[in-house]
Amino acid sequence: MVENDFDRPGASPENASTAHSTARGLDAETAAEQPTAAAVESSVAETPTTESNAGDSSASHPSSERQSAGGSTAAESTNGIISARDLDVYYGDERALRDVSIEIRSERVTAIIGPSGCGKSTFLRCFNRMNDLIQSARVDGRVEFEGTNIYDDDVDPVALRRRIGMVFQQPNPFPKSIFDNVAYGLRTQDDTENLDERVERALKRAALWDEVEGDLDKSALDLSGGQQQRLCTARAIAVDPDIILMDEPASALDPIATSKIEDLIEELAEDYTVVIVTHNMQQAARISDRTAVFLTGGELVEYGDTDQIFENPESDRVEDYITGKFG
Amino acid sequence: MSNEPAKLQLTGGEQRRVVRERLYRHLLLLCASVTVVVTGSIIFALAFDAVQFFEMVDPVDFFTGTTWITDRGQFGVLPLVTGTLLVTVVAGLVAIPVGVLAAIYLSEYASARARSVLKPALEILAGIPTVVYGYLALIYLTPFLRTLGIDLGTFNVLSASVMVGVMIIPMVSSLSEDAMSAVPASLREGGFTLGATKFQVSTGIVVPAAISGIFASFILALSRAIGETMVVVMAMGLRPRMFDLSAPLSSLQESGQTMTSAMVQAVTSDVGAASPTYKSMFALGLTLFAITFAMNYLSNWIAERYREEYN
Repeated sequence: MVENDFDRPGASPENASTAHSTARGLDAETAAEQPTAAAVESSVAETPTTESNAGDSSASHPSSERQSAGGSTAAESTNGIISARDLDVYYGDERALRDVSIEIRSERVTAIIGPSGCGKSTFLRCFNRMNDLIQSARVDGRVEFEGTNIYDDDVDPVALRRRIGMVFQQPNPFPKSIFDNVAYGLRTQDDTENLDERVERALKRAALWDEVEGDLDKSALDLSGGQQQRLCTARAIAVDPDIILMDEPASALDPIATSKIEDLIEELAEDYTVVIVTHNMQQAARISDRTAVFLTGGELVEYGDTDQIFENPESDRVEDYITGKFG
Repeated sequence: MSNEPAKLQLTGGEQRRVVRERLYRHLLLLCASVTVVVTGSIIFALAFDAVQFFEMVDPVDFFTGTTWITDRGQFGVLPLVTGTLLVTVVAGLVAIPVGVLAAIYLSEYASARARSVLKPALEILAGIPTVVYGYLALIYLTPFLRTLGIDLGTFNVLSASVMVGVMIIPMVSSLSEDAMSAVPASLREGGFTLGATKFQVSTGIVVPAAISGIFASFILALSRAIGETMVVVMAMGLRPRMFDLSAPLSSLQESGQTMTSAMVQAVTSDVGAASPTYKSMFALGLTLFAITFAMNYLSNWIAERYREEYN
């Protein structure tokens, strides 16, 4: 994968100024061929983001979903960073995701909620092509990141994952030292300039530095569960991705560790785009700006501002779910 | 159920069950003890005859002597020990790289279909009688190595050792693969999400996480090489030769002898059961036993020492 400077023939100047973090194009040639969500969005995104936008409610409705991404809804006023279009995922013959279209906004926390087995995690794993690792999984549709469909044949998933990091449900530190865990991503990319400094910065960013300073050579496995989870977050941000995907990052943690992770997520959203899957609705309400509700069958039922989803959902099914009638 | 309130019977009545349970327990214990009894008997038998040997031959001469010519009463074990170690080292040089890389392929890369062909093939390799390997070394491997331009005697250390190495590949690969497969998938996923390639994940995460099991497989395979008899008897010749540090490669080209093949020679040779030649078999057996026992102990120690908990 060659990393290109942002230099797309089709891109207009204001795209360059508003599109988030486009310095390293995934695939400039493909990008040039496809006037894409990011480009279209950003061309109309001169106004700063407002929390409740007239475009949102209509766009969030499943029936009229992201056709807007094609440019029909000019009222859209955010810069999207990654978007899915007509996404289907199958495990063998079983359909795990049903025609999902969504646009994730840049530098926000987007929560994905829904009952067990509704395809939340499957959906999240579409963004960094982790479903590639599951042999029976098949993905149809498009996921566009910086104007490139990441499922195009010429996209290198390894390069993609350097841009889109992930934190898992169970903390999964490598059986190595704390330092080596954080340095792992940089070392695999042969990017070891100022390694000590960057490891320190990542650990500080993940609010773990104060607890492990001086113990960097100790095994990561000696840390507590909450510390391990913050270490895994530090590991993910050390390679400076654009997006951090989090798959129920706090579900294995006690309440105190959970609140630390939540604080961390809110802080990370200042610099990164965070997409978090959670089955904890209070958590979604506390930390997210936008919420997507999946219901059984892998269907995205509603997507909008978190306040609106929780206070005044459009769909009765979402209301039933939010108010605890099922799930 | 009768209409009477059910009365729980806590005592008596179940005598037969108790007796039966006790019987099972003793039966199982008996089977478990067989291994201990056999091991104990072997040590005793070896030690008993070895003591008789050491009454005829000075232990110091035995353990420090560099000449093993039983007809002349020279019982220096070192040529046999170096012969054994030479075979072990060369076999390890063959089996460890090939075995580990095969294990990485099987555990990390192979599709279900490739695995379904390769794993049985490796098991067959492990099931071939060692006499067949000996035959292959003598009839095919030595001539083949000669065509590569290596100057070899009819009986030589090199082809015997290489064949022993081939023979123990399945031990290394199968045990190493078990260890790698036991590494949780979440660690691999962690690596992939950081933009590591498959090779980086395999070598940088999976192998280190499985290192204790991989080391244990080396030790077990090398123990097997130390004890291997048939291949070395058939393909290596029966000439005990002290390892020559100044010309290490020539030691490989010529014939040699290991402790095991010297034992075979002692038991098949035409000497009385009371002769030191015959009794030397037990001293050699005891030495060999001590070495493999130490290796097994080392293997357990390494497995303990490097064991990683994965979450």
